[in-house]
Order: sequence, then structure tokens, then C-alpha cells
Amino acid sequence: MLNIVPISLEQGLAYALAAIGIALAFRILSFPDLTVDGSFPLGGAVAARLIFEGANPVLASLAAIVAGFLAGCLTGFFATKFKINSLLSGILMMTMLYSINLRVMGRANIPLITTPTIFTPMENMEISRDIPVIAFFFLVVLLCKIGIDLFLHTEYGLAVRATGDNEQMIRSLGVNTDAATIFGLGLSNAFVALSGALIAQDQGFSDVGMGIGLIVAGLASIIIGEALIKPKTVFRLTLAVVVGSIVYRLIIAFGMRIGLAPTDLKLATGVMVVIALAVPALRSAKEKKMKLRGV
Amino acid sequence: MASPMLELKNIVKVFNADTEDEKRAMDSINLTIEKGEFVTVIGSNGAGKSTLLNIIAGTLQPDEGSVTINNKDVTRIPDYKRASLLARVFQNTTMGTAGEMSIEENLCMAELRGKKRGLKWGVTKNRRSRYREILKTLELGLEDRLTQSVGLLSGGQRQSLTLLMATLIMPEMLLLDEHTAALDPKTAAKVIELTNTVVQENQLTTLMITHNMQQAIHYGNRMIMLHQGKIQLDIKGEEKAKLTVNDVVAKFSHTLKDEALLSN
Ligand SMILES: Nc1ncnc2c1ncn2[C@@H]1O[C@H](COP(=O)(O)OP(=O)(O)O)[C@@H](O)[C@H]1O
Ligand SMILES: [Mg+2]
Repeated sequence: MLNIVPISLEQGLAYALAAIGIALAFRILSFPDLTVDGSFPLGGAVAARLIFEGANPVLASLAAIVAGFLAGCLTGFFATKFKINSLLSGILMMTMLYSINLRVMGRANIPLITTPTIFTPMENMEISRDIPVIAFFFLVVLLCKIGIDLFLHTEYGLAVRATGDNEQMIRSLGVNTDAATIFGLGLSNAFVALSGALIAQDQGFSDVGMGIGLIVAGLASIIIGEALIKPKTVFRLTLAVVVGSIVYRLIIAFGMRIGLAPTDLKLATGVMVVIALAVPALRSAKEKKMKLRGV
Repeated sequence: MASPMLELKNIVKVFNADTEDEKRAMDSINLTIEKGEFVTVIGSNGAGKSTLLNIIAGTLQPDEGSVTINNKDVTRIPDYKRASLLARVFQNTTMGTAGEMSIEENLCMAELRGKKRGLKWGVTKNRRSRYREILKTLELGLEDRLTQSVGLLSGGQRQSLTLLMATLIMPEMLLLDEHTAALDPKTAAKVIELTNTVVQENQLTTLMITHNMQQAIHYGNRMIMLHQGKIQLDIKGEEKAKLTVNDVVAKFSHTLKDEALLSN
């Protein structure tokens, strides 16, 4: 049973990057962004193709971040400038990204087994691969968490948060909330794409279908984390998301251990999220529901 | 003579044009407000009071006419670019603050009204101690709750904070839309007194919508009444100072069918 811990830790941390991005959109910006299911494989596609073509894995991962940022900005652009409903903007972007990802990769799947990736140096160490890989993900997640915490306390970061909290108010204080939304979604999807790029390299391939259901898994992580750590501050919110992501992967690994088929995971995750969202609604209509703009 | 603070020229605003619900909410409004004037605005429900403020603030664009603030034609300038000129407080006590953010973060955002916001740290030590001092003037104990989220405050506390935020950096003009209407009478009286003090001390050009006729008569040095998108009454100076509720009722009882307006 204990051997589910290292793999859950590794996956939990790797997907925590995506969950931070999802929380940024859903919780901070109050924007239900579905781009994520497309920007995650976009990150994987960009990184895999570049590495496959002989690029430095670090630069390839940075390129993935940029690609994710642009995808998120476009979704924000659709929603704010064309006034397309926020859910639909994300769905449109996600759908278009499917074609784009296939174009980027040139096929549906790029294997990275024989090419050196960001993880290759860790595999050549004397110790078990798990230890340096988990340490690496821990470090990346820590940097991203602290980075986003700091940003959200800067002058512009406050404006981004207020855009999700009370758009009219922060507009009247002189903030272009369209720009803040576009930038915020860009940032969100940059995290998601980085997650995709690293996970593709970690698992040794990039696949066009690797983002399916990511949004639901991310929401499950957020909900679990928030149940464990009350997200009263930004610092606690991002901490909750990271912890939630790890606990979610533990639950999934445990479920598989007791006989859940991998193909049932999305159903199980979906049911988990539905229950979590239903409980407050059933308990009392007054309790705080997810606050979302433009739905 | 000095140039006026606000000039509205021939403002027309039609909602739902060319439909059954067509509504001329602003019907050729002309209004000039001098620097330092404190104008109260009355009128029955649907008279166009909020629309007037929305057009000044840029939340709504007029169909015709021009808006000039402090000699600057702002008719086509979006609301967020007028922020350095204007501050607003609304009836709904949750509208003027970000409820999930802390008191000090809200104050910091207000301090940056109309300024460039970069990647500098928001609530610095310096700012925090200044906010603590400023909050003491409200005498609501908020100075000890700087890091609490604003959503935990009562309506009156929240509205007082909003007013403080509106005047943390003095705007050219203060726009108040029934900002005490959602409060209980005692709290409303406090907030209106606070408003009056701030406006007087800073000689702030102010437009205050109120549903309370006595407030409209008691405060300010000019009163206008809107009716069906037109300015029906405009009283200033001596005449305003001597005005009584009965005067207004006598003159305009026929347009003042709205009970709420006549009750105190
Ligand atoms: N966004 C809108 N769409 C359609 N009609 C509106 C809108 N805003 C205001 N109106 C109408 O314009 C008129 C004036 O409204 P308003 O300025 O809110 O009145 P009040 O004096 O009560 O503040 C009302 O008849 C109102 O129904
Ligand atoms: Mg109104």
C-alpha cells in the first residue's frame, strides 16, 4: 500500500501546477475557463515537438509556457472583446487547440523515451529516480506557488483579484478589467501548459488526448484542498490547491489499488466533484456557491 | 470666471430604442456644475437619476450630447479612464468594495485610483500605518481589522469604508447614488454626516442622489429635481438655503406622486 505514496506525490505535484492555474481562473478571476483541457496538451505538444527536433528541454518547456499564455489570452480576448460567454470562449479555444496541437506535433503522439528531457540527468543518478524527480517537482511547485502568491499581492495583482471579486468597483478605480482578465487567463494557462510540458517529459510521451478531463481533476483537487485548508488568504488558497492535488492523486491511486479500472477514473472524479458542489447547495441555498462571471 | 467642473450638453439617452419598451431616460439634459458645488438630486423612481450619474461616470454612453469634466471632453472616454477624475459610492453596500479582499487591500486599490499599477508590492508597511491612522477617524474600530476581509463588515461599516476610499485620493468630483438608502436610519444619519464633513472640508464638487427630500434640502448648496429624464427644478444659493419641504411639495406635488420621496 505504501508504494502508492511516491507515485501519488510525483503526480500530485506535477498536476498541482495545472491546479494552481485552474484555481487562478476559477477562484481568483471567477472565470470558468475550459481552455485548460486544450492548453495542457498544448504545453506537452510544444515541448515534445521542440525536444524531438533537438531543442534544449529547458527552452522547450519555456516555449510551452509562452504557448499556454497566448492560448489563455485568446480565450480572455474572446470573452471580453467579443463578449462571448466565458464558458463558450473556453470551449471554442479548447476545440481549436485540438487541431493546433495535432499540427504542432505533426501526429497524435510523440514518444520521448530515447530523447534527452529535463529528467534525463536525474535518471542517470545513483539513487532511485523517484527521489530527484519528486524533489524537482517540489521545487518547481514551490517556486510557482510563491511566485503567484507574491504577484497577487502586487499593485497589479490586487487589481487582477478585484477583477474577479468586484469588476465594476475596480473599473471605477481605473483598471482596464478586460486587460486584467486577459492577462490573468494567460497566466493561468501558462501554468497549465508548464504542467503539460513537464508531465509529457516525465511520462516519456506527449499525446493529443492527455488533457481530457483535466479541468474536472483540477476542480476535484481544489475542492479537496479547500476542505482541508480553509482558503482565507491567497497564500492558503495556493497551499490548499497543492495539498489537494496530492491528496486527490492518493485517492485515485488507492482507488486503483482496490480494483477501480483506470477507465473509470473520470467517472469517479466527476462524481466526487458533483457531490462536493451539491453538498452546500443541499445544506442551504444561502451558503456560498462558486462565484462565476459571464455564465 | 473659472471654468465649470462639469458640463453636460444636450444629453439624450434612450433605452430599448425602436421597441415597445422604448424609454427616453435622458431627454436633452443640460447641466453645468461649478467647482465646489454640492448638488443634491431628487426625483421619483425611474426619473433618470442613476442614468445621469452613469453617463457622467462613463458606465453608460449618451446617444447624443457631450460630457465635459474640468474642461476635458470625456464623452467617448471609457469609465475606467475617468477614474482619476471621479469617485462613486452606490446604494448597494457591496458594490464599492471587493468583499473577498482585506480592508487594507481595498484601501490600497483606492489609493491607486487612476494611477498606473505595476509589480510593486501593494500594501507596504508605510501604507498600512497610514491606513490605520485614517481608519481611526471613522471611529468604527476598523483600524484593528486591517487584514480582515471586507465581506465580514456590516453594511454601514462597508459604506463608511467606501466613502473613505472614494476620498482617500481626492477626486475632481464625487458621485453618490442613494448611498445611505440601504442602511438603517441611525447608520444612515452617521454616513450622511460623514459625507457632509468630507465634502465641506475638501470643498469637493459633489452630486448626491437621495430619495430623502429632507436630506436633499438640508445638505448641499444646490438642488435639482429630475422628472421623466428632464431637469424640472434647479434651486441654488439663497433660495436653496431657505427652501423647505413644503415649498417643494407645493410647487411640484403633481410630479411627486412617489410616496417614498415625501416620507422623511
Ligand atoms: N440598462 C437599462 N436598460 C433599459 N432601461 C433602463 C436601463 N437603465 C435604466 N433604464 C430605465 O431608464 C429609466 C431611468 O432609470 P434610472 O436612471 O435608474 O432611474 P432612477 O431615477 O430611479 O435612478 C427607468 O425607466 C429605467 O427603467
Ligand atoms: Mg437609481
